[in-house]
Amino acid sequence: MNDTAPASTGFYTEDMTISVGPQHPSTHGVLRFVVKTDGEVISEAIPDVGYLHRSIEKIGEKVTYHGYVPYTDRADYLAAMFANQAFCLAAERLAGIEVTRRGEFCRVIACELNRIASHLISVGTFGQDIGAMTPFVHALRERETINNLMEEICGARLTYNYIRIGGVGYDILPETCTRIEAFLHHFEPIVDEFNRLLSGNKIFIERLAGVAVVSKEDAFSYNLVGPNLRGSGVKWDIRRDIPYSIYPELEFEVPIGTAHVGVLGDSFDRYWVRIREMQESCKIVRQCLSMMPKGPAIAKVPRKFRPPAGECYARVEAPRGDMGFYVVSDGSEYPYRVRIRTGSYTAMSIIDKLSKGIMVADLIALIGSLDVDAPEIDR
Amino acid sequence: MEAQEVYASLEKLFPGKVRDFKSEVREPYLFVEPTAIVEVCRFLRNAPGFRFEVLSDLTALDWPKQETIQMVYHLFSYSHNHQIVLKVDLPRDHPRIATLENEWKVANWFEREAYDLFGVIFEGHSDLRRIMLPEDWVGYPLRKDYVEQEEYDGISTQRAPLVEKLLR
Repeated sequence: MNDTAPASTGFYTEDMTISVGPQHPSTHGVLRFVVKTDGEVISEAIPDVGYLHRSIEKIGEKVTYHGYVPYTDRADYLAAMFANQAFCLAAERLAGIEVTRRGEFCRVIACELNRIASHLISVGTFGQDIGAMTPFVHALRERETINNLMEEICGARLTYNYIRIGGVGYDILPETCTRIEAFLHHFEPIVDEFNRLLSGNKIFIERLAGVAVVSKEDAFSYNLVGPNLRGSGVKWDIRRDIPYSIYPELEFEVPIGTAHVGVLGDSFDRYWVRIREMQESCKIVRQCLSMMPKGPAIAKVPRKFRPPAGECYARVEAPRGDMGFYVVSDGSEYPYRVRIRTGSYTAMSIIDKLSKGIMVADLIALIGSLDVDAPEIDR
Repeated sequence: MEAQEVYASLEKLFPGKVRDFKSEVREPYLFVEPTAIVEVCRFLRNAPGFRFEVLSDLTALDWPKQETIQMVYHLFSYSHNHQIVLKVDLPRDHPRIATLENEWKVANWFEREAYDLFGVIFEGHSDLRRIMLPEDWVGYPLRKDYVEQEEYDGISTQRAPLVEKLLR
């Protein structure tokens, strides 16, 4: 308590302690902040996480490698494809399995569509947090089409279980390819529409420009990854810098924060990186569709999968940044340990620092701009 | 820089404190003495040519047969695009190690998770509380010999198998 009683007036003020969440529109899932404020100004916002802890890491020690893939979906249900891929990469590297070439293309197409869907949720709900209801509806409308495409590809709309060890579960059919192409044709102008609707909006910009600035040093120290790191002006993307899959063959830009309307590393820069990443993902999917070779979608992998003893740390560039699966094998049918390192977990840890001295409304903008996702924090 | 060179430099600078470099794996690792972890990390983070700016991951492994809890640190450098894995063996009945909070801020949360799920005590940590589980939870779930408590706050943690329920 920070009590002050000026002798002249006899009035005194004291800090308020407010609980934001566990269920609050801006927390995007179940998490809670204990906020200490002096009026509108925050002196401390302590995150309280763990409400969605499902011990996915412990489950990993109890099921076989093949059987674990559906569980990885649940680590981040907005971007399940990437958790699938990271785990399968780790398992494949442990066992020395080569993914079929068509399988790699299917993976990248599915992943990039998933990235667009995830970013749509991110920017849509971000607008909603700030008070713009309409863009959210527009974003969800487009995401619905992607969900339909995903259903066509793998039969599921959110928890895909599509990427398997050695390739993908089902091949992408030619008619689905046509529909994906039609979607891209429709979606690319929508990004411009979205920009007219939201990104260029004066109120939106004023709410975000210069708010919650993350310096490059802080981004390193708190291990921010993905769009949050690039928003601070660091040109670093796992797809480009530690290449995996067929990304080295594809051409795409890595958008970074440029102090577009305010200061480098502010909330708007992080938002703006996501918008441009959706456009890059469209480009990647187009290239994949035109380059896609014929062949099997999955390699022959024994049902009794026993990788030799060893360990592997596989990273992929998920919508929320570097997603790492650290898998340790003891040579048995079950992983000895599965560790999931996620972008939201590290992004959460910086909120306490950034929230000092900002307004309550800015805290909402900060949470939204970091795009934290509760299931991914708690796992 | 190759992991081999990193190890060679560390061996020269911290004699007797690093050992057992393993290079034939995909992510080469080396072992560090528990007492030296802070100085080794500080050197790796700051020294030009090394510049491991980020602690990508911090976790632990439980090896009950060897009576050890093994800490695993994944270090990464954006400026040089290289990585190294550090491992530290701690006694399983009394795992204690110094915090890396002053080197990388993110260690605060990573270490809280390791404390919560493995019971590793980080000396000098500013806020060592459980993070995933409630404060009054018993045991460390990611240890291999963990047995779940039968009830928590009067709520049973057990459930009859679904099949048996159907048969009844």
